[in-house]
Amino acid sequence: MSLWGWILAGCAVAFATKLTGYLLPSRWLESDGFRKTSSALTIALLSALVATNAFASGQTLAVDSRALALAAAAVALWRRLPFLAVVIIGATVAALGRLAGLP
Amino acid sequence: MKQLLSSPAVRMGLSVSIATGLYGISFGALAVAAGLNRWQVQALSALMFTGGSQFAFVGTLSGGGMSALVAASLLGIRNAVYGAQLNGLLTPRGPLRLLMAHLTIDESFATTMAAGTAREQRRGFWTAGVGVWLLWNLFTFIGAWAGDSMSDPKIWGLDGAAVAAFLGLLWPRLRSRDAAALAIVCALVTVLAVPFTPPGIPLLVAAVVALLMHAVGRPSAADRSAGQSSGVGGSPE
Repeated sequence: MSLWGWILAGCAVAFATKLTGYLLPSRWLESDGFRKTSSALTIALLSALVATNAFASGQTLAVDSRALALAAAAVALWRRLPFLAVVIIGATVAALGRLAGLP
Repeated sequence: MKQLLSSPAVRMGLSVSIATGLYGISFGALAVAAGLNRWQVQALSALMFTGGSQFAFVGTLSGGGMSALVAASLLGIRNAVYGAQLNGLLTPRGPLRLLMAHLTIDESFATTMAAGTAREQRRGFWTAGVGVWLLWNLFTFIGAWAGDSMSDPKIWGLDGAAVAAFLGLLWPRLRSRDAAALAIVCALVTVLAVPFTPPGIPLLVAAVVALLMHAVGRPSAADRSAGQSSGVGGSPE
């Protein structure tokens, strides 16, 4: 499938998922079990995305400027900076790391 | 108008819209860096319209279209939970449901839940839903344009921006110790799986591990964070 195909498929699934909430009997989706499962899945996937984006290059692991960006972002979040500032700090620190000669 | 602007829900909706819309810049720039053209980036913001899934889609695209689709779709499941609660609360009829479904995201859900009365809930939902959609798309456009004019995204540290963005999306969900434990276990499992599986698969491994921990474990991560996961607090457990 072409890139456009995957994009439109992703959009269709996203909309269908949202609409499900409005169409299915609410007791299914509002059950404790479903809510907790979906919350756990969200945490797991976001955490996995942090890990792969910070340490994976294809199928190899690497500790490089991105690890510095991760640490800086954690400090920024701990200091309660807003999301956009956190993202800019992550970019700046990674760029500085490269400027300093790190991979 | 003046009366509308004095409504706390409308005000909250507007400030949420601005804050969220602004980080559309980072999405636009990252999506272009991941290889999407500007029309494709804009299509994601206009049609997929759920930030976490959009970031996940472009963040996993290097592993192929299927892994991007799966990661984005799994991350979107929480929107079904929001939809069910909003449907019960605002009881929309007919075609209005389609529009409300499209605008159902973390921010519109949180704004609705924070409002006190039925009328305020409605105002909050529509202000945050429509407001975020407009600004998110506007700033996606600007970000994609900015990303397009960078020759090498790595020099600008855009890969560091992606790491920071995902951590920023995860952070508010880590309010309980169990949620943090789940996040750490999943990150470790992912890193361990990277050398042994094709790109995209480590994410699914983490998802399966989370489901297992959830099924087996004593009250797991999600238990105490479920009600707070959207940053609202106070929803019934």
